[in-house]
Amino acid sequence: MKVLVWIEVFGGEIVPAGLEALGAARQFGEPVMAAVFGHGLGDVPALLLRYGVDEVFAIDHPTLADFRVEPYAALLASLARERGARVVLAGATTYGRDVLGCAVFELDAALFSDVTGFVLIPGGKLKATRPIYAGKLTSTELVDLDETVAFVTLRARAFAAPKPGASAGSVVHVSPALAEEDISTKQVAFESGTGRASLTGARVVVTGGRGVGGPEGFELLRALAEELDGAVGASRLAVDAGWIPYEHQVGQTGKVVSPDLYIACGISGAIQHQAGMRTSKVIVAINEDPNAPIFELARYGIVRDLFDVVPALIAALRAKSD
Amino acid sequence: MHIVILTRSVPDTSAMPAVGADRTITWDNPELVINPWDEYAVEEAVLLKEAHGGMVTAFAVGPAADEVALRYAVSAGCDAALRVWDESLIDAGPFGLARVAAHTIAQIGDVDLVVTGKEAVDLNTGAIHLGLARALDWPVLTFVAKIIEFDPTAGTITVAREVEQGRQILRSSLPAVVDVVKAINEPRYPTFTGMRKAKKLQIPVRAPGISPGVRKSAQVVVDVPAARTGAVEIIEAGTAEKAALLLVEKLEDERLI
Repeated sequence: MKVLVWIEVFGGEIVPAGLEALGAARQFGEPVMAAVFGHGLGDVPALLLRYGVDEVFAIDHPTLADFRVEPYAALLASLARERGARVVLAGATTYGRDVLGCAVFELDAALFSDVTGFVLIPGGKLKATRPIYAGKLTSTELVDLDETVAFVTLRARAFAAPKPGASAGSVVHVSPALAEEDISTKQVAFESGTGRASLTGARVVVTGGRGVGGPEGFELLRALAEELDGAVGASRLAVDAGWIPYEHQVGQTGKVVSPDLYIACGISGAIQHQAGMRTSKVIVAINEDPNAPIFELARYGIVRDLFDVVPALIAALRAKSD
Repeated sequence: MHIVILTRSVPDTSAMPAVGADRTITWDNPELVINPWDEYAVEEAVLLKEAHGGMVTAFAVGPAADEVALRYAVSAGCDAALRVWDESLIDAGPFGLARVAAHTIAQIGDVDLVVTGKEAVDLNTGAIHLGLARALDWPVLTFVAKIIEFDPTAGTITVAREVEQGRQILRSSLPAVVDVVKAINEPRYPTFTGMRKAKKLQIPVRAPGISPGVRKSAQVVVDVPAARTGAVEIIEAGTAEKAALLLVEKLEDERLI
């Protein structure tokens, strides 16, 4: 039973979600194929062999230089079909969800989005578990791989990346599926982000809510996040108040994060916010209100003004590294 | 110029579903609302209509409960609403629903843009509109944070979409399917006139017109996720500095920092 992993690259490097998808693929104990698309792939295909991939399909072509869902999805679908993949995996990143979400319809296959766990059961059936209702429930769905191909996007940080080892497979170069004139979408420009850690991939997230009081307060949280090599998040209230841009919002109508350490500053912890962070490994809550629901989720809590605690934390961390 | 909003109703986000003994979802009569992400889609369509003229139709493929979403969309500025449904769709999966939606959009004809929210807050799949685009053979632009340019006459649309590494600026041809994120706008409150219009509106219901096909996967069971274990340890200390030091120590012990 063959597994095909779509490996996302950005700036010439495999993104963490791509490696996590490889780690997930190897759970099957079946031959793993990987597909990587772009222009100027360099040594990425060879690197993939070191992660236990048996066959790497590398498509290095100008039409694939910028991410566009049309050529990427058409190519992934044709590879999956031609190579007989029964399971197609990728990280549930923006691009991953686009590519698999579109390719699945080419193959009339089954789609499982944002999966946190799966298992192959005897008889060729795949059981995939994913959060629904903003994480209040989990849904476990079943598909018969003999009848249907399964496309699975994986939640960030739900699977571990494999460790690199010796290479044993081969790289195959393939042509793209679509010609440039058949692609209706063009990338006009790309505006890079601030370069600060991406929320969904971050190991540590420091989040601010009502208690932060304004944009200046977020500067303080940024300083704490920097000490911890982490990313900054925000509750919906803080974003709606204009204190920090929407891309930082964590919660039901924002991003879902699952870091090792989540520090919630001045956040009450309403259900809609919990939806975005309840799978964090360790939660620390700093809030003056001892009754804030966030304390029910937290491992550690400090019931004090965050403007006293956060500077003290920064100082303690700096002293530690001196 | 005609824009269609693809939307549906979801349980209010503060409602808590329960899991029955047979591991299916049970609800205690939750309030239904428009899928929150779709509010931003409605607002964006109404803004485009205000700039370019034309009309906006709110559209749902679903049972009567979806009229809550459709009426809200009308109260917030959509001109008309349409629902497609019959019992053949009860077990339809995303693929089937997408094909039915595409069939209807093609029947309506002359649609320049389909706009929807990035996903539904209940099932969080975010794929029906991708299948819709595929079935119509239209481009699809997702995670759109800004419509930079929209020219129905020239047949082009330029958007900024949010990706992990920044923002991608894409230009595509019309007609197209677009899904939007919160950053795109601030939805207006429905007006009194809008609410009255929405309340009085007779929403036409059409039969699907095509078969949705067989669902590809079977939902087996639903569970409540394992509760987080352990009670919180409140770090009490004489000063904020001492509390901070204690916390750092504990986090170090757990190898988190």
